[in-house]
Amino acid sequence: MSAIIKPVNQKAWFLILPVLLCVAFSAILPLMTVVNYSVQDIISPERRVFVGTEWFAAIMRDEELHGALLRQLTFSFSVLAIEIPLGVLLALAMPAEGWKSSAVLVIVSLSLLIPWNVVGTIWQIFGRADIGLMGAALQGLGIDYSYTGNATHAWLTVLLMDVWHWTPLVALLGYAGLRSIPDAYYQAASIDGASKFAVFWYVQLPKMRGVLMIGVLLRFMDSFMIYTEPFVLTGGGPGNSTTFLSQFLTQKAVGQFDLGPAAAFSLIYFLIILLLCFILYNWMQRVGTQEKEGGHE
Amino acid sequence: MNKPKFQKRTVFLLLYLVFALLPVYWMINMSFKTNEDILASFSLLPQHFTWANYRTILTDASWYSGYINSLIYVGINTLISITVALPAAYAFSRYSFLGDKHVFFWLLTNRMTPPAVFLLPFFQLYTTVGLMDTHIAVALAHLLFNVPLAVWILEGFMSGIPREIDETAYIDGYSFPGFFVRIFLPLIKAGVGVAAFFCFMFSWVELLLARTLTSVNAKPIVAIMTRTVSAAGMDWATLAAAGVLTIVPGAIVIWFVRNYIAKGFAMGRV
Amino acid sequence: MFLTLRGCCWPRRSGAGGAEMARIELDLAHAYRPDPKQDSDYALLPLKMTFEDGGAYALLGPSGCGKTTMLNIMSGLLAPSQGTVHFDGRDVTRASPQERNIAQVFQFPVIYDTMTVAENLAFPLRNRKVPQAQITKRVGEIAEILEMSGQLNQRAAGLAADEKQKISLGRGLVRPDVSAILFDEPLTVIDPHLKWQLRRKLKQIHHELKLTLIYVTHDQVEALTFADQVMVMTRGRAVQVGSAADLFERPSHTFVGHFIGSPGMNFLAGRVDQSGFHCADACLQIPLGRVLPAGELKIGVRPEYLVPASANTEGALPVVVSQMQDVGTHVMLSATFAGQTLKARLSSDAAQYAPGDTVWLKLMCEQTCFYKDEEIVP
Repeated sequence: MSAIIKPVNQKAWFLILPVLLCVAFSAILPLMTVVNYSVQDIISPERRVFVGTEWFAAIMRDEELHGALLRQLTFSFSVLAIEIPLGVLLALAMPAEGWKSSAVLVIVSLSLLIPWNVVGTIWQIFGRADIGLMGAALQGLGIDYSYTGNATHAWLTVLLMDVWHWTPLVALLGYAGLRSIPDAYYQAASIDGASKFAVFWYVQLPKMRGVLMIGVLLRFMDSFMIYTEPFVLTGGGPGNSTTFLSQFLTQKAVGQFDLGPAAAFSLIYFLIILLLCFILYNWMQRVGTQEKEGGHE
Repeated sequence: MNKPKFQKRTVFLLLYLVFALLPVYWMINMSFKTNEDILASFSLLPQHFTWANYRTILTDASWYSGYINSLIYVGINTLISITVALPAAYAFSRYSFLGDKHVFFWLLTNRMTPPAVFLLPFFQLYTTVGLMDTHIAVALAHLLFNVPLAVWILEGFMSGIPREIDETAYIDGYSFPGFFVRIFLPLIKAGVGVAAFFCFMFSWVELLLARTLTSVNAKPIVAIMTRTVSAAGMDWATLAAAGVLTIVPGAIVIWFVRNYIAKGFAMGRV
Repeated sequence: MFLTLRGCCWPRRSGAGGAEMARIELDLAHAYRPDPKQDSDYALLPLKMTFEDGGAYALLGPSGCGKTTMLNIMSGLLAPSQGTVHFDGRDVTRASPQERNIAQVFQFPVIYDTMTVAENLAFPLRNRKVPQAQITKRVGEIAEILEMSGQLNQRAAGLAADEKQKISLGRGLVRPDVSAILFDEPLTVIDPHLKWQLRRKLKQIHHELKLTLIYVTHDQVEALTFADQVMVMTRGRAVQVGSAADLFERPSHTFVGHFIGSPGMNFLAGRVDQSGFHCADACLQIPLGRVLPAGELKIGVRPEYLVPASANTEGALPVVVSQMQDVGTHVMLSATFAGQTLKARLSSDAAQYAPGDTVWLKLMCEQTCFYKDEEIVP
């Protein structure tokens, strides 16, 4: 959404009504249920005791949670730091037209289409020294690589797997955004004598801002909620070195089968993501609209 | 104006394509082996090439019905998502109204909860309305995260079209639906292509909700693939073959929308 | 089919601030495919044209006539499939836009969103590593000319379309040695009531800075008011180059006759033999001193010059009135003769005719032109 003034039109609510119905139907009822559970102690289906904020307080104090949260934050920010620039570079490198563009589009999108448990399984095999290409190759290079035994290796493998899996999302968004830039901008930049970098910085990147913001938010949210892939690959180990927040939540909920604390944790989880996304979103909006205000070269 | 054949760009692209394809190639490799072969020896190409895994999947009804079920609910979901998202995205892009920024952000918040949270409530909800184990149930459930995504992506692309085009169309006498379908949509083709592909993709790979809301009639392929663990251990070979086959519909979808994504914004001829 | 224009009395001079304008010579054709066999394979049929330095030219024609192609060939965004482009005698056919030093203003405003107005204007100079002090001075000068001095520190993205177009123009003007400024229908997205302001500004700039300006448009009013010389094009062909008066008085092609003027020229088809011009069962004497080829011929006369006459006057024809329209400043008479429509522009105090009346209109006069196979008979 740009700095252009938009006309006020309250009738626009009719246009968004269908969307609201679809989403609210799916969202509000479950949300109410979760809030309901989070303030109760559900000892058995018949016996429920209202406990107020007891669960919330207990969770905040939980040391293990702090650990999982820290690991999760590190993971998510590493993911963003690698996937966003890499995705943008990839979008710039992808051909714009011709049979090559179609072929590259298909190949690049392949990793997105694989069910996440299969992704985990593929990398599980891929990384094994006995039956996997990467494992064998690394062993061949003399590296004692083991994602089951070595925490750092496990971390790097999970990160690599995520980069392989999700960078194409950023790339596709960036690619579509690039294709929407009219030729005239490139022509004008050429006439103005702009270098390739100047074209990237002043024409391409600003015009990709919208799609990149979607990419950043999506990748942040999804990486913060990541569950299947690392669970299948490492099971959270070795130890709990790759146990991220979602797995932690599931362990608590399923393992102990205690709906109350689980619901409370879900809400806290949601609020953390909400807060961080809100910050990211506002920061990106401001970076876009305030650039160079009063700044001179 | 001739550029050297091997630019840095091309080299980088080729490197990435290799990176992207390696695990896929390994999966294809495994899919043509038997389990014994996979565990026994390490080989870059199948030593005893076999179609057995594919045969199992394509002939066993419990396997291929999974593909069909998935295709059905994913198709329904994509259609609904894009259809309701288009007018909403237009509203967010063109107009200012009470609470618009908040609603826009709220939409995205629906993607901010781990799906595990929704399992129990959804289960209860759909059992109550009697939609358990139907394609429409999964299609509706997936609207939760696909509709906001579609709205956000489409809004982004719509905001890139200057309003002068809208105004010119009204002056030329177009009605709103006429303008929208014949003038506006072609201009945001890239956005529609991307949004449709993402809706397809996220719905296709979603496991938790799809598995919870279905049992027999509408069981999707993603759920069926989780039952490849048996007493004999992991059925790598069949899983690999199933994995390869799951890529196929998505690859076809992307083939069809490639023109939408690759065509740019064409304005002003001659 | 060649068309040549010799520069008519444009003295070569430098523009204000040391601008060196260029004389652009075109001798080229542009085809869609490498092996053109017929006219439709060409985007631009072979032509020869010289744009004198310091002149204001317009390329006028309907959509698809090739005018933008020609503009892009001149600016260097497109290379012609055959032929050459010369700037001041230098062959620039394969040179880039930068090398030719041209500036181009596009159909919709092209500005750098993240920069302020001043930074936008400074951009071409910064890319050439001009010292900052000089940049600031030059940007100030240009902003003065464009009447945007007060907005220099505003973000360019927030401005209205016409101001953005001025910035686009400014980026071209800011380079002191720009050789020519090319405009590709620049007023398309501008509000109608602001269009005339921008047009006036362009004319003013031309006057002050003596730049070579080439303006592409499909709007004849824009072309005729802006340019000293207008080149009318259709379907890849440059059919006539001339001043507004030339195009109006003596269109060298029936297309020009149709296109220029509102409404366009009247055409009456008929045959010529020794006894005169025959149309249906009427015969008109050919004016004295004119020699016309025998056979099919068209008479062309503008509605402005078609006057009512008394019955059976020399060179007049009886036409049947179909409509009289009062347009305020004048009255438009529509009539038919032998199935062909004729329009006459009469003054408001002319006699009133009703539909169905027969009026005699004098077709043969000083301003009447004759066309054989769509080309004017000299």
